[in-house]
Amino acid sequence: MGLDTSRRGFLKGGSVALGAAALPFLKFMPAQAAGDDVVVVVMGQTINSLDLHRTGTNRPSYQVAVNCYDRLVSFGTKTMPDGSLSYDYSTIVPELAQSWTVSEDGKVITFKLKPEAVFQDGSKVTAEDVKWSFDRAVSVGGFPTTQMAAGGLLRPDQFAAVDEETFTVTLDKPSKLALPDLAVPVPFVLNSKIAKQHVTDADPWAMEYVHKNTIGSGAYKVVRWDPGQQLVYERNDKWTGGPLPGAKRVVLREVPSQATRRALIERGDVQMSWNIPNKDASELDGKVEVYSTPIENAIYVVSLNYNFEPFQDPDVRKAVAYAIPYEEIFKTAAYGRGVPMWGGSGIETIDWPQPSPYVFDLDKAREHLEKSAFAGGFDVPFSIDLGQSDWMEPTALLIQEQLAKLGITSTIDKIPGANWRTASLVEKRLPLALETFGGWLNYPCYYFFWAYQEGHLFNSSNYANPEIEQLVGETLDLPVEHPDYAPKVKRMFEIAFEDLPRIPLFQPALSVAMNGATGYEYWFHRELDARKLAKG
Amino acid sequence: MNRRLRAVLSRLAQALPVILGVVLVSFLLTRALPGDPAAYFAGDAADAASIEETRVKLGLDRSMPEQFGLYVLQLAQGDLGQSLTTGQPVVEELARRLPASLELTLVALLVSCGIAVPLGVLAATRPGSWIDHACRLLVTAGVSLPTFFTGVALIYVFYYLTGWAPSPLGRLDFIYLEPPSVTGFFLIDAALAGDAETWFAALRQLILPAATLALFTLAPIARMTRAAMLSALSSDYIRTARAAGLTSRKILFGYAFRNALLPVVTTLGMVFSFTLGANVLVEKVFAWPGIGSYAVEALVASDYAAVQGFVLCMALLFVALNLVIDLAYSMIDPRIGFDSK
Repeated sequence: MGLDTSRRGFLKGGSVALGAAALPFLKFMPAQAAGDDVVVVVMGQTINSLDLHRTGTNRPSYQVAVNCYDRLVSFGTKTMPDGSLSYDYSTIVPELAQSWTVSEDGKVITFKLKPEAVFQDGSKVTAEDVKWSFDRAVSVGGFPTTQMAAGGLLRPDQFAAVDEETFTVTLDKPSKLALPDLAVPVPFVLNSKIAKQHVTDADPWAMEYVHKNTIGSGAYKVVRWDPGQQLVYERNDKWTGGPLPGAKRVVLREVPSQATRRALIERGDVQMSWNIPNKDASELDGKVEVYSTPIENAIYVVSLNYNFEPFQDPDVRKAVAYAIPYEEIFKTAAYGRGVPMWGGSGIETIDWPQPSPYVFDLDKAREHLEKSAFAGGFDVPFSIDLGQSDWMEPTALLIQEQLAKLGITSTIDKIPGANWRTASLVEKRLPLALETFGGWLNYPCYYFFWAYQEGHLFNSSNYANPEIEQLVGETLDLPVEHPDYAPKVKRMFEIAFEDLPRIPLFQPALSVAMNGATGYEYWFHRELDARKLAKG
Repeated sequence: MNRRLRAVLSRLAQALPVILGVVLVSFLLTRALPGDPAAYFAGDAADAASIEETRVKLGLDRSMPEQFGLYVLQLAQGDLGQSLTTGQPVVEELARRLPASLELTLVALLVSCGIAVPLGVLAATRPGSWIDHACRLLVTAGVSLPTFFTGVALIYVFYYLTGWAPSPLGRLDFIYLEPPSVTGFFLIDAALAGDAETWFAALRQLILPAATLALFTLAPIARMTRAAMLSALSSDYIRTARAAGLTSRKILFGYAFRNALLPVVTTLGMVFSFTLGANVLVEKVFAWPGIGSYAVEALVASDYAAVQGFVLCMALLFVALNLVIDLAYSMIDPRIGFDSK
């Protein structure tokens, strides 16, 4: 490993990787006094790579791309009604780029890089580095390439380093998604000079090296990574992407047991517990600082598969929608954290998600079922993901109970993690299932692109509607301000609520507990952004 | 001695077909798992094309015999492959995690034996007395409480309420650093480095999880000791020894206990092997970076290399364990001719 893991080097701070900053790690201090600028975070998941572009890198690891690397641009920050911080989708702010201009036809975006921006090794960030990093993102395949494609960034020939500080992106067609897609974690900028030293014929993008080393210009660098146990960030004092974080070190410990994490945060031995269950969030509220932020562009839904004969009948789908005890689910499964998505009073805005017109009404449900060809009911397996059983299991049980009253007999089928994606999203073979999708880019058309278009990954219902296909195609690249945008999007909502391939339940929330630290900010990627963290 | 060495070698040779069988079966079994690793590891927003790309990258598009051939070839070079869930070579990961599990299990068994064996002997010498009942009560309680419950309860009392125990954050609190690795056992490594602070820190982290496991393993050892002692004490040679006027101490430890040891050692071997695999829950509760939680995570994600590595590693361990137990038999009771087999 390239990280300095030798104990003596770490303690004495004598190594290059650590510099003089190793001091807060005194050997015999109790945890509480471990240093005024060390923030300890616990989470249940594991970091499996320092490189987001690598095949198999899991979600929690995306935070390394956020904390240790810069992108050309980022999103702004806004204060939520409850006083907490959230990223602001509506403003795009400079990170490595000082300024940018868009050409008349909307196809060429020209970025001017910050002249003072340097990598952690002190070398200047050049347009050549940006070019190499973007080429890497569109070439490695898998998730990074898919995400780049969402913004119309498909091929290396779209990127050009004009001079040392000027970089251009050329789009095949203008799209409102292009600039925001440069602010997601994927197009991060690596130090191509270091990376190229580790390139081999079999590994043209230095995947092996970047997997274990952070070579960015970001706010932190990883100074220690014990896979399965902990990750230690150390502040990069040369960072130019924003105001320096208050925390000098952030220690991220992996603690699989939720009960243990809760004991730790309540005792104050750790300063932050990441992604706590809704139950803990409601119980801890008041004892420690708890932030619950509704996750943008995400809904928990019941997915009705169009390949399953009874669900091809619109009245059966409506009967199911009226038979869901929304309120009870929201209270039991979400502990009231999130936003209700039922009982809407008509489509007036283009906000997404927005409540469906359905409410819990068994009489109406019966009426619809009577009208259908399945008045006597039917049998259906109800599939849930074992990995998300905290909300899926109570939800499924509550729905099962009400469906039984209509004569629809459902048996709950728990599917383990690795099979879940295959069964629900790839093979799309589950007749009745719970599903969750959240779009990184916060536009309704982007949600519909993934979840309602035929054959797309999150369309687990095998839904196909020619009008939706056309509307999504027309709106995806259209600016929101365009006069055609709102009517077309509202029409999509209307069809979605009428056809009901996905019955919305509620918008979930991301909950984080803090005890003795400040600077939590919600981000759409739902991973830790440590760039504003400070103790206190 | 020479004969014994030859016997050991022949035993090891006999283990070879077992290992080969394990290699084949673990390969086939992981492939028979219903999950699709390519879909799992292609990421959240992957489409069919990128899942296919991932499949090719992972080498899962090749035929089964081809995959097996590659696996055996790698294995022959001591390479267990790369785990996808943790992104690390399986060998490295096992080398780091196995000592963690072994250290925890061994300490727990040591504690457990220290309590259970004397308790069993005492209960056997005074059957029906209060100590016999107390022994029964303790072991029943120990075995009927699930380990994750005991673990959480211990954390609640000794960490959350009283603050006596350190933060349950794995093998060492984050303010300490791992001792330079020699054996991978923190207690041994810290002692070798002469670092008393780290030694005590590692011990403090060990106490609660080891106590949890020890409580769970008390029952089989204590019950077996008691039963074996009872049958030994009621046998003819003890009556003869008593009639010959030997001291009760000599009778109890020189004759009865020694004869009762065989079933106890057998039980110990069994308890050790199932504890090593079954302490997943304890590892999760105490954030212990052990081999059990590694295997479970790998299984959930259909992480072939990691599961195969784990199974192989456990198979090797059991072969070694059985050998050690057989050797112990022949030392305890020379009538059992290990070398004659």
